[in-house]
Amino acid sequence: MGVKQLSVFLENKSGRLADVTRTLAQANINIRALSIADTIDYGLLRLIVNDPDAARKALADAGFTVALTEVLAIEVPDKPGGLANIIDILAKENINIEYMYAFVGRSGEHAIVIFRIERADDAIPILREKGVRILTGEELQSL
Amino acid sequence: MYFWNREAECMPAEELRALRDWLLVKTVRHAYENVPCYKRKFEEIGLRPEHISGVADLTKIPFTTKDDFRENYPFGMFAVPMDQVVRVHASSGTTGKSTVVGYTRNDIAVWAELMARTLGAGGTTKGDIVQNAYGYGLFTGGLGAHYGAEKIGASVVPISGGNTKRQIQIMQDFGSTVLCCTPSYAVLLGETAREMGVDVRNLPLRVAFLGAEPWTESMRREIEESLGIDALDIYGLSEVIGPGVSYECMEKAGPHINEDHFIAEVIDPDTGEVLPPGSKGELVFTTLTKEALPLLRYRTRDLTYLEPEPCKCGRTFVRMHRVMGRTDDMLIVRGVNVFPSQIESVLMEIKETEPHYMIVVDREKGALDTLEVWVEVSPEIVSDEVRSLERLEHKITSELQSALGISVKVKLVEPKTIARSEGKAKRVVDRRDLYNGS
Repeated sequence: MGVKQLSVFLENKSGRLADVTRTLAQANINIRALSIADTIDYGLLRLIVNDPDAARKALADAGFTVALTEVLAIEVPDKPGGLANIIDILAKENINIEYMYAFVGRSGEHAIVIFRIERADDAIPILREKGVRILTGEELQSL
Repeated sequence: MYFWNREAECMPAEELRALRDWLLVKTVRHAYENVPCYKRKFEEIGLRPEHISGVADLTKIPFTTKDDFRENYPFGMFAVPMDQVVRVHASSGTTGKSTVVGYTRNDIAVWAELMARTLGAGGTTKGDIVQNAYGYGLFTGGLGAHYGAEKIGASVVPISGGNTKRQIQIMQDFGSTVLCCTPSYAVLLGETAREMGVDVRNLPLRVAFLGAEPWTESMRREIEESLGIDALDIYGLSEVIGPGVSYECMEKAGPHINEDHFIAEVIDPDTGEVLPPGSKGELVFTTLTKEALPLLRYRTRDLTYLEPEPCKCGRTFVRMHRVMGRTDDMLIVRGVNVFPSQIESVLMEIKETEPHYMIVVDREKGALDTLEVWVEVSPEIVSDEVRSLERLEHKITSELQSALGISVKVKLVEPKTIARSEGKAKRVVDRRDLYNGS
């Protein structure tokens, strides 16, 4: 239950990010969300795209090291406290958030935030019980 | 001109020759009778100890190499029982196992004498304060210089390596007159003193004995000018005895080999043939007085030549040119010997990495050598989390540091970014330019 995220290992040198975006453009891939985690020497570029499998193949063919992971795309009410409520639910259950970043599109009155959390299988039913909507890959693509 | 032991150091050539013939015969017998490795080597070619009646017969004896130490690790090359060994030191081996050397009480006394000659050749006397910044420990540098300085009767400050600001403080407060360290550390001391606003030229420091790594004449000039001292080159390797194998006099014209204790030859590294004086080749040593670890024709892998002209100082001991390179791929980083094969064997044990790596050694001006190991990540290890990569980086770093004994910077790089050359890959980039300008 999640959406596919690509992670690309990138050395910190000029032009590497451009190489990724150019490769994706040539494969006609649309980037929907991204975040970069960086250290002094290298970074990890995390991407949500419209066609993860095709994107992965295009990047791998171009010589990039790519990993596929599942993350949660969660609807967050676009109003003060919207994100806080969701994070509170996770905090009460002692579920750590590894990282999160915002999705470009919207779902009606909601923003969408990509979450990578510990114990996702435990977290999903709890979030649902509290009325939090978690989008599937198809739902995300149709936005 | 300064001497510690003028009688020995200026021994007439005839006398030296006779002494060496006699000592070699003794050493060959001692090695043959007490070290199975030598006995085997002799038997393989039908050689008997009585076939060696002097230095002229030396070439009959097979070579000894670092591999012999590895195969006989740890104490198999020793020629005396362990109850006569009073000290053990070790240096890097080509793979996981280090090269272990041992000393009897008499070996330690000989070593102290040789280091007293070394320090004495730069004018060290019992009135001096010797700041010994060679590392103390398994490395022979620290204790070797220490015993020599104590034998002279100088006041030894056993500060060991590192903690550079404190070194300057102590140099200033104690009024150190003699410095022992690696040449690159002498440069760093100079730079650090400048940053601290201390002009070493105004301190009592007078002379430095620098060794354990290759350096150049231009480095000598730089050190002498910035510290206001004489900088002398000293040479040694733990297999032979440690520092004190050869030492420069104030002529600064290449280290004199202690020929009453060691026989030096220069050979063609490919054919093993002995080269005439003045020809560059691989330096080979035979020990003449060592009890615990007699060495017969040990191949140092250091490239140099023997200087046939006598030195103006009056010593009859032959001089070698400063080391001009290596016949193998050994690197000397901050005075520590590092073999690329050691790094490779560590990486092979770590399954998350690709077997592609690059070693980059550099030296910023006025700073210590840096050793970077670039490792390609494998697709399996890359995930969405930086944490797992950092864990891997940390694991490689700590395993390399534990194997090499020096700090290492590991850099994870993208797969297929380290150049693959046809056949043997270029694994080492040394940006220090150590052997030029000598």
